[in-house]
Amino acid sequence: MMGTAFVPAATGGPRFIGLLSAGGWSLYGVAAVLVLVVFPLLHLAVPADSALHVSDYWVTLLGKIMCYAIVALAMDLIWGYTGILSLGHGLFFALGGYAMGMYLMRSIGHDGVYQSDLPDFMVFLDWKKYPWYWSFTDHFWYAAALVVLVPGLLAFLFGFFAFRSRIKGVYFSIITQALTYASMLLFFRNDTGFGGNNGFTDFKRILGFPITAPETRMALFVITGTALLGFLLLGRWIVTSKLGRVLTAIRDAETRVMFSGYNPLYFKLFIWTLSAIICGIAGALYVPQVGIINPSEMSPGNSIEIAIWTAVGGRGTLVGPVLGAAAVNLGKSWFTKAFPEYWLFALGLLFVLVTLFLPRGLAGLLRGRRKAP
Amino acid sequence: MSNAAGREHWDDPVATGARVLGEGVDITHRGILYLDGISVSFDGFKALNNLSLVVDAGELRCVIGPNGAGKTTMMDVITGKTRPDAGSAFFGQTIDLTRFTEPEIAGAGIGRKFQKPTVFEQHSVFENLELAMKADKRVAPTLRARLDEPARERIANTLETIKLLPEAARPAGLLSHGQKQWLEIGMVLMQEPQLLLLDEPVAGMTDDETLRSAELFVSLAGRYTLIVVEHDMDFVARIAQRVTVLHEGSVLAEGSMEQIQQNEQVVEVFLGR
Repeated sequence: MMGTAFVPAATGGPRFIGLLSAGGWSLYGVAAVLVLVVFPLLHLAVPADSALHVSDYWVTLLGKIMCYAIVALAMDLIWGYTGILSLGHGLFFALGGYAMGMYLMRSIGHDGVYQSDLPDFMVFLDWKKYPWYWSFTDHFWYAAALVVLVPGLLAFLFGFFAFRSRIKGVYFSIITQALTYASMLLFFRNDTGFGGNNGFTDFKRILGFPITAPETRMALFVITGTALLGFLLLGRWIVTSKLGRVLTAIRDAETRVMFSGYNPLYFKLFIWTLSAIICGIAGALYVPQVGIINPSEMSPGNSIEIAIWTAVGGRGTLVGPVLGAAAVNLGKSWFTKAFPEYWLFALGLLFVLVTLFLPRGLAGLLRGRRKAP
Repeated sequence: MSNAAGREHWDDPVATGARVLGEGVDITHRGILYLDGISVSFDGFKALNNLSLVVDAGELRCVIGPNGAGKTTMMDVITGKTRPDAGSAFFGQTIDLTRFTEPEIAGAGIGRKFQKPTVFEQHSVFENLELAMKADKRVAPTLRARLDEPARERIANTLETIKLLPEAARPAGLLSHGQKQWLEIGMVLMQEPQLLLLDEPVAGMTDDETLRSAELFVSLAGRYTLIVVEHDMDFVARIAQRVTVLHEGSVLAEGSMEQIQQNEQVVEVFLGR
C-alpha cells in the first residue's frame, strides 16, 4: 500500500525487457541493423565503383574500433562503475590476441616461408618441435578456451592477492602498469616462444576460410559487432542488478559496504576477472582482422589509451566508452595520417580538456549534463 | 552454533524481560557482548588498556568519555576493523570477534553507524536501504537478487521510521547532515542486527531530530541491543539505562546515570569541567 512513488525502476515484466528504455531499445535496434545488415550489404553487395560502396579500409578500421570499444566497455565496468583504475588492460587484450594468434599460426600449415611444420620464427630459432604450451593450439576450440582462460586466470590470481591485501587507488594502477610492462619484456624475448618482437603475423586462414577474403573479413566484422552489442547488454544487465549497485557502492564508500555485510574482495574479483575476460575476447577478435599481434600491444601507453577512451566517452555510462573508443580512434586514424608526429600531444590535450570541461565525457554531453554532480 | 541449546532459552523470557531473537547468537547467559582485557596500541599509544565490558542482550548502553578515551577504537575491535593486541572479544557465548572479518561480523548480526555519516551518496535513499537489507550477500545471489513485495514493504516501513519516505528517490548525497545520520541508522536497522553500535548518532542533528532519535532508540531497546557512544550529555541522560565511562582506554565507572554523575572520579575527568 505504501505507494509505488518511490520505487526506483520499473521492475514489472521480464528482467530482459527492462534493461533498456523504449528509446534505448530503438537506438540499440538501429545500431544492430546498421552494423549487422546495412554495413555488410554496402561492402559485399554494392559494386566497388558505386559511391555507396564501403571499402576494405573502412571494414578493417571499423572492425578494429569495435574491438577497442569492447575493451573500453570492459574498462568501464572496473573503472567507471567500481572505481578501480587498471593501467594494465592492454595485457589481457594482448593475451587473448596471442591465444587466437597461436591457432592462426598453426593454421598456416606448410604455407610459411620455410614450408615447415613449425612457424617461421621457430624454424629461424632452429627449434625442432613445438614447446609444450603450444600443445593442442591447432584446435580452434581449445585456442578459444585459452582466449577466455588465460586472461581470466591471470586476472583472478592477480586480483585475489591484490584485493585481499587491500591494495587500492593509485597503488593498484601502478602495479597493473608494471605487470603489463613486465609481460611485454617477457614476450619480447625470442626464448619465450611467441615470436619475440615480431609476434605473430602472415596468417593464411581461419577455420579453413582464407583470412583475407572479403567474406571472411565481413564475417569477422559481424561477429565483432555481435560481441559488442552482446557485451553492451551484459554490461547493462550487471550494472542494473543489485550487484551493480554494490559495485558503485564499493566505489563510493567501501567501508560502508563491508559493514553492511558484503565482502568487497569477491565483488571486485568478479568484475575484475570478467573485465579481463571481455578484453581477452576483444583481443582474439582483433588479431585476425588486423593480421598481427606483437608485444607492443602490452606497452604501458596502450593501456593508458584505453583509460583515455573510457574517460573521453564518459565513465559509468557503458555506451559512453563505446563512443569514446570510436571517437578517439577515428580521430587517431585521421591525425596520424595528417600530422603523425603530433598525435600524442593531441591525445594528451584531449584528455586534459575532457577532464576539465566534460567530467562525464561525451555521454554527459549527449545527456545535456542532466546528472551534473 | 548451539542452536539446540539456544532455542530452548528463547522461550524463557530472559531475566531482564528482554527478548532478543538470537539467530546464530548464543545469548543463553544473558550477555551478548563480552570484552575481556582488551588492549590496542598504535605506535606505542595505548588506545585501549585492559578494557573489560559486558553488555546484556536487549540493553541500551551508553558509552561516554573524553576525546581519546578509546570509544571508537572499542567499536573498531568489536566490528573486526582493528585486531586487539591482547584480550578477547565475544559476541554471545560462541562467536570470537577477533577471528572474523568486518563483513562476517556484520553478517553475524552486529550493525555499526559511523561517527561521520557514511552512506552511498550516488545511490537513492531507497537503494541505500535495499543494499543494507539482510540478504544472502555473496556475489551470485546478489547478481540474481530481485526485490519482492515483502522486501519493498520492509524498506517502506524503515523509510517511515526514519522519516525519509518523501526523500526515497533522491540521491543520498543531497540529504542534510541530520538526514544522513538517520539514513545510516535506517541502513543498520535493515541489516536486522542483534547488536547496534551507534557512534555519535545525534551529532549535527536539530533539537527536534535529536528528540526523535531518543524516542527511536528507547523503542528499539529490548528488541535489539544498542551501544550508543555520545558526547551530548543531555541526550545520554534522556535515554540511558546504564552508562559506561571510558577514560584512557579502560572503564572508569559503570552504573546508572545518577551513580555516574555522583562518581567523583568521573566528575573529575569528564563531567566536572
